[in-house]
Amino acid sequence: MAAGFKTVEPLEYYRRFLKENCRPDGRELGEFRATTVNIGSITTADGSALVKLGNTTVICGIKAEFAAPPVDATNKGYIVPDVDLPPLCSARFRPGPPGEEAQAVSQFIADVIENSQIIMKEDLCIVNGKLAWVLYCDIICLDYDGNILDACTFALLAALNNVQLPAVAINEETGLAEVNLKQKTPLNIRKYPVATSFAIFDDTLLIVDPTAEEEDLATGTVTIVTDEEGRLCSVHKPGGSPLTGAKLQDCITRAITRHKEVKQLMDKI
Amino acid sequence: MGSEPEPGCALRPFAVEQGLLSRPDGSAAFVQGDTSVLAGVYGPAEVRSSRESPERAALDVLLRPKVGLPGVLERSREQMVRRACEAALLGELHPRSSVTLVLQVVSDAGSLLSCCLNAACLALLDAGLPLRSLFCGVTCALAPDGAVALDPSARQEKEARAVLTFAFESTEKRLLLSTTRGACSAKELHQCLALAQRATDTIFQFYRDSARRKFSKS
Repeated sequence: MAAGFKTVEPLEYYRRFLKENCRPDGRELGEFRATTVNIGSITTADGSALVKLGNTTVICGIKAEFAAPPVDATNKGYIVPDVDLPPLCSARFRPGPPGEEAQAVSQFIADVIENSQIIMKEDLCIVNGKLAWVLYCDIICLDYDGNILDACTFALLAALNNVQLPAVAINEETGLAEVNLKQKTPLNIRKYPVATSFAIFDDTLLIVDPTAEEEDLATGTVTIVTDEEGRLCSVHKPGGSPLTGAKLQDCITRAITRHKEVKQLMDKI
Repeated sequence: MGSEPEPGCALRPFAVEQGLLSRPDGSAAFVQGDTSVLAGVYGPAEVRSSRESPERAALDVLLRPKVGLPGVLERSREQMVRRACEAALLGELHPRSSVTLVLQVVSDAGSLLSCCLNAACLALLDAGLPLRSLFCGVTCALAPDGAVALDPSARQEKEARAVLTFAFESTEKRLLLSTTRGACSAKELHQCLALAQRATDTIFQFYRDSARRKFSKS
């Protein structure tokens, strides 16, 4: 009987739960789903991480390659993120070129990397003006059950933490780069940005870590990215129901708490 | 018609021309300082069955940069403008139809996203589409020394430690859209938010004046 009501009136069905301050999967309004992370699973990549946020599964693989540094910044390397939402993860994505959602998430990840200064691009330079590392970060969603932004940010962070770059020496005579795969060093991760997403319901209620169903019923979303010093790396509210400044501050407070939870998880790996 | 910035408000002078294009149902060219965006609205119109919704109008936003083809950044901005317009537009009054908003960047001298949002709102108004509220965009730049500049120029944006773009709706001045570049503290965010909210008074008054001007002449 409940299943019938859910199909016919999904919003009313959901409101019944919200009135009791809980959600259909039994979580509180401010509770996250179980987060698990598994690193180093892709042996052919220089760094990788698999993150599961409830059912949402995202894998990030990082490959390091050589490139000439940009002309206007000869001592910097590149970090190129790309988020792929293939038809595998959800029926809403069709095969073909990246859709709007995938491009928007890719842009968000690129902005997080830029804003939080997670690694200094200067650290990726090998020889000023001649050779630098370019890190291709490919994030692929395997199972889309909402809150893709948080999962992708965490996967990227865990994968970057896992990257081991081989030592590079320039041969004096030939001028070619020689890679020593036996000597590897990890990346210097300067900041640990963590994203916390909220869905706005009926213009007033904020629920944390929405599932795909909740996102479809929501009237807006907010994502706050904080680093370990409590600085805001991104306040991403792409339209949707309007919020007051006080509600935004509630989101920021919850995001700072979430950062501590994720940092604890990161420290264990 | 144009307006001069009020002292203490620090917005660049802005101007709008509505109804300048003959083919779209509504159009507006919004100029903020040297940044200029042209917006055209087609709607409510025929919708493709894949996009059809029985509950509301399907809104599409296309953002064309001044040079080159639209890339990932444009797609991300299109999504933001679309979701901001969807919150303001009473799409429920036009089910199974589509509204297309096309934004063309004419010149970019800083605060581009807010200029796009302002042009979008005025174009929707010009098209006569039912709106829940008006909305406007304001950009703040946080200089490395902590000073806040509203409606920054391209140079101010480049030198800033953080650039925050907000959109507010007109009924209760609540936050409709927020996007930030660079990092800032929560206190600085609230400071910029308060300053931007106060600046929206000028912009909404300008909307009213331009609407009054438009209808009084004819």
